[in-house]
Amino acid sequence: MRHLKSINQKAQRIEGVLQNDVVALQQGPGGPTGPHVPLGCSFVFSPGWEVDSNGGTAGLCQPVERDLFDCHITCFWPAHVPDLYNHAPDWTAKCASAQKDWRKIDLVFP
Amino acid sequence: MMLRRGEYHSFSGGDARYLYLVPSAAVVELDDVSHAVLERLATGDRTANELAESLGARWSGDEVRSSIDELLGVRAIHSVVAPPVAPPSVKSKRSIPLQTLVLNVTSKCNLSCGYCYEYGEDRIVESGTKPRFMDEATAKQSVDFMFAEAGDSPSVNLTFFGGETLLNFKMLKSALAYAKQRGAELGKQVNASLTTNATLLREEIVDWFIENDVGVTVSIDGAREQQDKFRVFSNGMGSYDIILPRIKDLLARHRRKPVGARVTLTGQNLDVVSIYRHLFEEIGFWEVGFAPVTTSWQREYAIEDLGFQQLLAGFQTLAAEYLSEAIAGRRHGFSNVRDTLEEIHKGMSKSHPCGAGFGLLGVATDGDVALCHRFAGSDSHKLGSVFSGVDHAAQATFLETHHIDNKTDCSTCWARPLCAGGCYHEAHTRYGTTTQPNLHYCEWIRAWTNTCLEVYGTLATKRPDFLTHLS
Repeated sequence: MRHLKSINQKAQRIEGVLQNDVVALQQGPGGPTGPHVPLGCSFVFSPGWEVDSNGGTAGLCQPVERDLFDCHITCFWPAHVPDLYNHAPDWTAKCASAQKDWRKIDLVFP
Repeated sequence: MMLRRGEYHSFSGGDARYLYLVPSAAVVELDDVSHAVLERLATGDRTANELAESLGARWSGDEVRSSIDELLGVRAIHSVVAPPVAPPSVKSKRSIPLQTLVLNVTSKCNLSCGYCYEYGEDRIVESGTKPRFMDEATAKQSVDFMFAEAGDSPSVNLTFFGGETLLNFKMLKSALAYAKQRGAELGKQVNASLTTNATLLREEIVDWFIENDVGVTVSIDGAREQQDKFRVFSNGMGSYDIILPRIKDLLARHRRKPVGARVTLTGQNLDVVSIYRHLFEEIGFWEVGFAPVTTSWQREYAIEDLGFQQLLAGFQTLAAEYLSEAIAGRRHGFSNVRDTLEEIHKGMSKSHPCGAGFGLLGVATDGDVALCHRFAGSDSHKLGSVFSGVDHAAQATFLETHHIDNKTDCSTCWARPLCAGGCYHEAHTRYGTTTQPNLHYCEWIRAWTNTCLEVYGTLATKRPDFLTHLS
């Protein structure tokens, strides 16, 4: 890395992983200059991508979690969630991790 | 692509700026362009093009973009549409080898310290329900249990705890002799240690420490006035004058392993700087470690908010001393900062606050196995017995329910890789359950962790060779 300097041992391990990252979409000519940057969820998380940018499956499209914490803010895909700007700003306050805590999400009625 | 700041804590040390990344616990140093990118993102989400444009007067677009790539790579920033998904916690497929077994060799003590969690108002184990002393058969069985649970580990740590451990010195001798004999047969190294109040130290015992390389920690609260506030005999007499000559003799003779002091801080005893001066500089302990008393909040010796501020100021003074000594190439004995620096350097990101329940187990006087020495003897925290082995189902349930992912309160805290919710025993005493994070000292932990990060960052700039000693 040129801009960041790894100081502790964990940072050095992460740097080692980044240098050998698997790149799916190459960024411009000359090959990858850094880790793969997703260009929007439909590119990266659409079904059909067998592995995520870390070579695992945890970052792949998981509709429930993605709808709750991502799609409803920015994605074109409609997600039925409460109005978090006006009426229910804290509806996910007790939900630290969607995979585990989704039962703690408040039921909100219009 | 809209970019947003990720989860990190920024700090500085020496002349450099750093990020402590969460939850990876990586520490990276920022250059000017990376710092500028993060500053821009502090005021709101921006695209890479907007960032390149707004910083165009100082850096080229390529320079800004390559900095963004690196920040994305370490997850200091992320795309708004694709925030990093925390990896699901994976259960270890291997059984967890035991590294440290703590034997509570007796629940009896010849002191009557007012704040003691074993006997005081917050005790877990009712007196009279367990034998007062561990017998030799149980101790031998515990040693066999330790080797059986240690798996392939080349070494094991056997720690004696109490009560006052030296009240059962005869058993200590036979237990350690047996452990060393079995260790030699099995090709495993046995490291022994114990904690004592020093009242019963005598020549024969110190000889035994020396012959067996026993690491010794002395529970002591400071100079006479500080020590005798709580650390008293049952008739109310202070213990300082009894222990001082014994400690001096111990320090003069036992050179095989460093002898440390372990201080319990209370609302009435918070002057950590003067305590440190006395124990390290005047008495000559190798190192001094401090821990706040474990107590429910209503006790008169509990540390209140103002007390935590005073405590922090004292810790910061000692941390600053530690730093200047380290830069000068000299040793400082404040072990709290050293322990945290090691964890920062390794980049530890803890799933659980400590090793209790997996790498470390405690054994009660009757052979019942518990999370750690503080819970030894408590039936509701039992994880098996040295006679029947670890209850692996109970252990797995404990580890799952106490995982950091289940501590919702911690999910937004940047200090969670190091704290992970804090001591189970503290939580049990304060809130009645081990699953609760210790929310009463969150502010303190964050402030103290920040201090340690600043010390670490300064060392990385001024004495990078020092960091290698932390490995």
